[in-house]
Amino acid sequence: MSTFYFIAFLSIFFSILVITAKNPVHSILYLILTFATFTVHYILMNAQFVAIVNFIVYMGAILVLFLYTLMLINLNKDSEPQKSNIIKIIGFIAGGCFLVAVVAALKAYQTSQLVVLQNPNLGLVKNLGKILFNEYLLPFEVSSILLLSAMVGAVLLATKEPKTT
Amino acid sequence: MEPLSNKRKVIESKPLSFMERIYLPAIFKGLAITMKHFFRKPVTIRYPEEKREYSENFRGLHSLKRDEQGRERCTACGLCALSCPAEAITMISAERQKGEEHLYREEKYAAVYEINMLRCIFCGLCEEACPKEAIYLDGPHVASDYLRKDFIYGKDKLVEAPLNQ
Amino acid sequence: MGLTDILIKLGLIVIIFLISLVIAMYSTYAERKVAAFLQDRVGPDRAGPWGILQPLADGGKMFLKEEIIPTNANAFLFIAGPSLAILVSCIGTAVIPWGQQLVIGGHVIDLQVADVNVGVLYIFGVVSLGVYGIMIGGWASNNKYSLLGAIRAASQNISYEIAMGLSIIALLMTTGTLSLRHIAEQQTGFWHGHWFTWNVFSQPLGFLIFIICAFAETNRSPFDLPECETELVGGYHTEYSSMKLGFYLFSEYINMFVSGAVMATLYFGGYNFPLMHHIHSPNLVAILGVVVLFAKIFFFIFFFMWVRWTIPRFRYDQLMDLGWKVLIPLSIANIVITGVWITYFK
Repeated sequence: MSTFYFIAFLSIFFSILVITAKNPVHSILYLILTFATFTVHYILMNAQFVAIVNFIVYMGAILVLFLYTLMLINLNKDSEPQKSNIIKIIGFIAGGCFLVAVVAALKAYQTSQLVVLQNPNLGLVKNLGKILFNEYLLPFEVSSILLLSAMVGAVLLATKEPKTT
Repeated sequence: MEPLSNKRKVIESKPLSFMERIYLPAIFKGLAITMKHFFRKPVTIRYPEEKREYSENFRGLHSLKRDEQGRERCTACGLCALSCPAEAITMISAERQKGEEHLYREEKYAAVYEINMLRCIFCGLCEEACPKEAIYLDGPHVASDYLRKDFIYGKDKLVEAPLNQ
Repeated sequence: MGLTDILIKLGLIVIIFLISLVIAMYSTYAERKVAAFLQDRVGPDRAGPWGILQPLADGGKMFLKEEIIPTNANAFLFIAGPSLAILVSCIGTAVIPWGQQLVIGGHVIDLQVADVNVGVLYIFGVVSLGVYGIMIGGWASNNKYSLLGAIRAASQNISYEIAMGLSIIALLMTTGTLSLRHIAEQQTGFWHGHWFTWNVFSQPLGFLIFIICAFAETNRSPFDLPECETELVGGYHTEYSSMKLGFYLFSEYINMFVSGAVMATLYFGGYNFPLMHHIHSPNLVAILGVVVLFAKIFFFIFFFMWVRWTIPRFRYDQLMDLGWKVLIPLSIANIVITGVWITYFK
């Protein structure tokens, strides 16, 4: 349990650093550390597959792309966009919604029963695969179609339009 | 246009065939070629230990010759310095004193004879100009050194070793 | 787990760490020798007999060189880059099964640091982390050439990771496990029934894709664009000097070693060798297995060098074309073919 608290402390610590870091590249690096602590969380929960997928996909691919994009953008203090009042108001509303959602979730947590895993070894690759491809086959395939459509959309956006002239 | 020689080769730029486009045959061909060279005898000559044979008309370091009795042949006529296109040779002549007949063949000899090896172009004109057959460029390479003044070779380095020693 | 077991594991970790460092050191020597032989030369032969001490001389030189940190560089990240690079390349060796179990005095010694049941994915994760060392170092140098090298490394690694993952998926469909030890055990011997047991004979296309991606992931020629000296001076390590540069070079050679080990384990039977069932002493089989595995790894390292000194470097758009338009469709086709094969012929 103490391991959990230590890792949880680290994840919160690093996520606070993500939003307080002045340099965006440092911010991304802290985000990588945050995801690393998430991976440890998954391992503690005996969900090895999710842990390693989090490791590969989030730490190894998505954050590399984040870093990649940030390196290409010249982020100086001068080029920081002016924050208008409308953006501030929108931010306030979004943050308020999030706060309401979190409070509601906490209240719901108190009333509902604790979800107990029937099978503690569910997170192992074999069990996870069996469950995904038997019980949850339809949601799994639907989500894959969702990803496919996102991919097609990305390709459409990226391809140049043929010149009309 | 009429070709001037029959060596002209028309380069065809056909689109690559399928076998050429998968590149693998070409890559394996390249690998085979390099592997053939792997087993070939190295052409390296390990210089300080092994020396490549010099050509017979190689012109290297100068040497001032002695005659059959071990006397210096040079008579300091200055023809070599005159012929030298790089003006690398300087000398100071002196008269042979009584009792020095066993050292110098002629009545006049070079008291100082210097060649600046940084100026010398090893053309061999001094060798051709010499009426006394006193200078020959039959030595090895000029050794490297740190200071410019060390490249001015005096008689101590140029004169052949005495015969009977 | 008793104390002796922990000590044995620790010993194994230390030995593997030392072996990978020594192999990385001697890979630098081997690279120069192989390059020399392939070009009809002799290579380094002054330090010790046949130049055997050359890596020590190089290492000493690296340590003694002046340490330069550029004024406008981000000093912390500048140091973190090479450290991360070498750390990530060293932890890849943890899940490789180096041999069968040794039994010494009643103790069963697993010649594997950790038998993770997602071993293949672990390797994959480590490979995907490898690019951070290069990216951070390249960005922190505050030099446009370093930055370009880092960006090239990032996009190249991400592109080829996809094809590599897809080619592994086809392999995993035939093996049915993610544990490297099980995969190695499945390839026992050399010939079983009427076909070879080694995976390369059931997955030739997958192996081809995997080895091409391995070249790209380790930034080896012909895909060494992140350090392409004709365009980018020194690539991502332009600003580096002293042992920090040495760490980058070292991590490249350790990566080669690890990828050789992974290829040998996944496709070339790992520690298995023909006629191993005719040897009855299990310890002898285990030791011979380690020797055989290392022979395979050395062959792959040699192959990496052989290709480096044969094939010229790709252009960047060609590299991306090859990754996205050739290797990824090919590996998807390979998955489909493997699926059909498993359904109808197994």
